[in-house]
Amino acid sequence: MTKKEILLQGIIKENPIFKIVLGICSTLAITSSMENGMMMGFAVMFVLLGSNLLISVCRTFIPDKVRIPAFIVIIATFVIVVELIMHAYAESIYKALGIFLPLIVVNCILLGRAEAFASKNTVIDSILDAIGMGIGYFLAIMSISFIRECLGSNQIFGYTIIKGFSPASIFILPPGGFLTIGFLLAFINWLSLRKNNKIVIETPACCNLNDLQKKECKCNE
Amino acid sequence: MDIGRLMSIIIGSILINNFILTRFLGCCPFLGVSKDTDSSIGMGLAVIFVMTLASSICWVVERYILMSLGIEYLRTLVFILVIAVLVQMVEAIILKTSPGLYKSLGIYLPLITTNCAVLGVAFLNSDKSYNFIESTIHGFGGGVGFMLALILMSCIRERIQFSKIPKPFAGTPIVFITTGLMAMAFIGFAGLIIQ
Repeated sequence: MTKKEILLQGIIKENPIFKIVLGICSTLAITSSMENGMMMGFAVMFVLLGSNLLISVCRTFIPDKVRIPAFIVIIATFVIVVELIMHAYAESIYKALGIFLPLIVVNCILLGRAEAFASKNTVIDSILDAIGMGIGYFLAIMSISFIRECLGSNQIFGYTIIKGFSPASIFILPPGGFLTIGFLLAFINWLSLRKNNKIVIETPACCNLNDLQKKECKCNE
Repeated sequence: MDIGRLMSIIIGSILINNFILTRFLGCCPFLGVSKDTDSSIGMGLAVIFVMTLASSICWVVERYILMSLGIEYLRTLVFILVIAVLVQMVEAIILKTSPGLYKSLGIYLPLITTNCAVLGVAFLNSDKSYNFIESTIHGFGGGVGFMLALILMSCIRERIQFSKIPKPFAGTPIVFITTGLMAMAFIGFAGLIIQ
């Protein structure tokens, strides 16, 4: 793969949310407003970049048997860094994200990329992969939160769009999250059905340790 | 010990703040395992067991190790390691002691290590500063709520398989939409205020 392909595959072809359906829990929980979504996107991007970089640097001397715990410790370290920075400089966002900020540590995207890419590739490639995946995650999360905030509270980044319009607040409540992502996935399926007559979205979506230990993080089933 | 408070925690965690449908914790295994009722019962029992155990052990670790050393900021790292070790240990014990139980419950254990519901319940306990009994009850209730949603979903999915679904919606999208409708029904429980 060329460098450009590595960078681009995370954005469209293997978009972590819309194509591989990973890390859904935090995605659904924090997309009720665009501001929260944006900060969560940055947080995940930072952790992804840091962990991919460090894991690919250490990949030659982490023993094979303890690599999953080692990856978890590396990821958790970066999550703590993000937590402390946000607590210090953006306390309102830190409170709004709540437990979903520390829960980045069990986000399947991070462990999945660590296992599937960073532990096998060079440092530069891993950084490019992290940037691509990070942008893919960020764009996905922004589009979901854009739809939810527009429909659910008639606002974009806290600014009212149409005066005197009463929004359907179900979209900022939990059911709205599930409905929005369901319809978006169906839309992506519809696009690819029209284009090359096949469904692209992989069936759900679970990174488990058995798959990881078998060295085949397909992350489904 | 105030029984009323414990009751409100347990009903709150099963119905009002259901872990999947209201708090979005544990969506990945929820989507992956809810394909048939048998495996969702096994998974549900495994989650109840691990969540109860994890929330009590994480409470002990936080109170007597992290707080006494003054390193609460490390809780993310410590909790995930404690849970990972716990799950692997429970799996090994079950495998050695009762192969029958392992077949029905143990195979779901590795799925749980990276489940956000288990880690989430530990964070929620520490954010709400519950005491030991309250934490354990909260973990148990959360697990029961998870199992409830999982079994409901698996019953619906068994029927979905035989219905005609528009092609773009087949597979994952229809599951999300069904979950959304279930979550809408669960909003009704928000009116249930327990004193």
